[in-house]
Amino acid sequence: MITSSLEKNQKLDRWTRIIGQRLLELTAILSIIFLYLPIIILVIYSFNESRLNAVWRGFTLKWYQSLFEGVAGQADIATQQIWNALFNSLWVGGISTLAATVMGTLIGLAMERFRFQGKSALEALLFLPIIIPDITMGISLLIFFSLLFQLIQTLTGVRLVLGLPTVIIGHIAFNISYVAVIVRTRIAELDPTLEEAALDLGANEWRTFYRITLPLIVPGIISGALLAFTLSLDDFVITFFTAGVGATTLPVFIYGMIKLSVTPAINAISTLMLVASLVILVSSLALQRQKT
Amino acid sequence: MTHPSPSQTLRQKINLSILLFPATFWLILFFLLPLLIVLLYSFLERGTYGGVSWVFTLENYQRLINPIYWGVLTRSLNLAFLTTTICLLVGYPLAFFIATRPPRWQNTLLLLIIIPFWTNFLIRIYAWIIILRNEGVINTLLQSLNLINQPLDLLFNSFAVSIGLVYGYLPFMVLPLYATLEKFDFSLIEASHDLGANDLKTLIRVVLPLTLRGIVAGSLLVFIPAVGEFITPDILGGAKSIMIGNLVQNQFLGARNWPFGSVLSIVMMAIVLVPILIYFRNSENSNQF
Repeated sequence: MITSSLEKNQKLDRWTRIIGQRLLELTAILSIIFLYLPIIILVIYSFNESRLNAVWRGFTLKWYQSLFEGVAGQADIATQQIWNALFNSLWVGGISTLAATVMGTLIGLAMERFRFQGKSALEALLFLPIIIPDITMGISLLIFFSLLFQLIQTLTGVRLVLGLPTVIIGHIAFNISYVAVIVRTRIAELDPTLEEAALDLGANEWRTFYRITLPLIVPGIISGALLAFTLSLDDFVITFFTAGVGATTLPVFIYGMIKLSVTPAINAISTLMLVASLVILVSSLALQRQKT
Repeated sequence: MTHPSPSQTLRQKINLSILLFPATFWLILFFLLPLLIVLLYSFLERGTYGGVSWVFTLENYQRLINPIYWGVLTRSLNLAFLTTTICLLVGYPLAFFIATRPPRWQNTLLLLIIIPFWTNFLIRIYAWIIILRNEGVINTLLQSLNLINQPLDLLFNSFAVSIGLVYGYLPFMVLPLYATLEKFDFSLIEASHDLGANDLKTLIRVVLPLTLRGIVAGSLLVFIPAVGEFITPDILGGAKSIMIGNLVQNQFLGARNWPFGSVLSIVMMAIVLVPILIYFRNSENSNQF
């Protein structure tokens, strides 16, 4: 009696286990489809002849053409704007990454290697930009700059306006924390005996840092910089509030395109950005693989 | 060597201040100070042409009780909770699946989850317009199959916003869950079976409690950005599905009521900070034993 009910239980268990396995597989497959379907559809429709409808009306490259005509300088203003926006994005991304990487690495070193007063307060200050909502940071910078500019105008008579420099200042402010986090993990993983050995062998502190520590944390610095650059290129909200007129970056431009008119030209530029980021991803993965 | 001479400690102090100064200066001037100004603005009266007049008031905080704003506040919380729940329900089995594959497969699957992240956020959200709008993929498909006569209203409502939020933040749930499940000792499941528990009981009594850390971390990582979202409801939502973020934007760029906008962003910040503080306090406690 007991054994048969146990057998029955085991049989039931086997069935639930098989069903469970299938359900797991199903969720996994459906989730991957869910994650990729929108992107694939976006790419497909960038080649669609039809302007509005989702019905397939034939293959075309005209949406891409409309983007690239801007390069020769003869195209309409809209396409010229895209290239300006791209240039602005790269400029903002480049400068803010450079500055944030230097500052983030320095403070990362200090936080990992030194003990000092007020460290936990600084820890909180470094952590806050990562968790605070983008929009709070965006509007706080907007208020700050408008107050600052008012002050400067009443004091000196010089009238300053929002533009690329204010965007760059904001991007540096949120990127420092991300760089610091990544550099710190790298420093924490470092083998301290290497530095001790260098010091024992007579190298001074500066030389030890320059010849031993720095080369060892370079991979961390590079990943930090890559993350900062990606975040900067991707940022819309903080840029939106600190850009003012005429400092349009690519995400701000795309936002305008989405809000004003939905044309397949957006699909085309999105596809190009997708390809660009995939190329960066694949090459950085290849680089990592080479190192190990 | 072991006893640092006074000159050495002085040099160390100089080194330390060189390391600390640039970032600290930058963060205080361009992050902390602006936040404090927002806090100050939230207690000031609204100026005539945007801006503020320097009169202390609590009126901006009282405005929160206004049913219109209260409604937006609760909707934001509801949407963020809904998003977190759906992400957890989908993300847990997904992370479990990945963690139980052979190691080589695990990396490939993780990469598959991360790759969409490398696309611009706006573009990922925009893709859903192509799918959901009246002339979009779903409606065109259903109409050509003669299943519907009129296009379904899929876009510009809370439904579209929830889809966009889940789509945007699902990987945030999967990655921390995977990280805890990957360390999970799966022989415990067998042990539980041997002791007579069935699968469901094992899941509830063994697996879930032991991976609670990942569940909490993932939920925070989804809830926090979701509650402060501004782009997704702005692009996929309509007038009846706006969230706090949209209200903030509106107060600063549309209605030009900066003090009330400041109040709203402070509320948003509080909503985000409270769960984080609780989380850290708990994890500190659990680290002690």
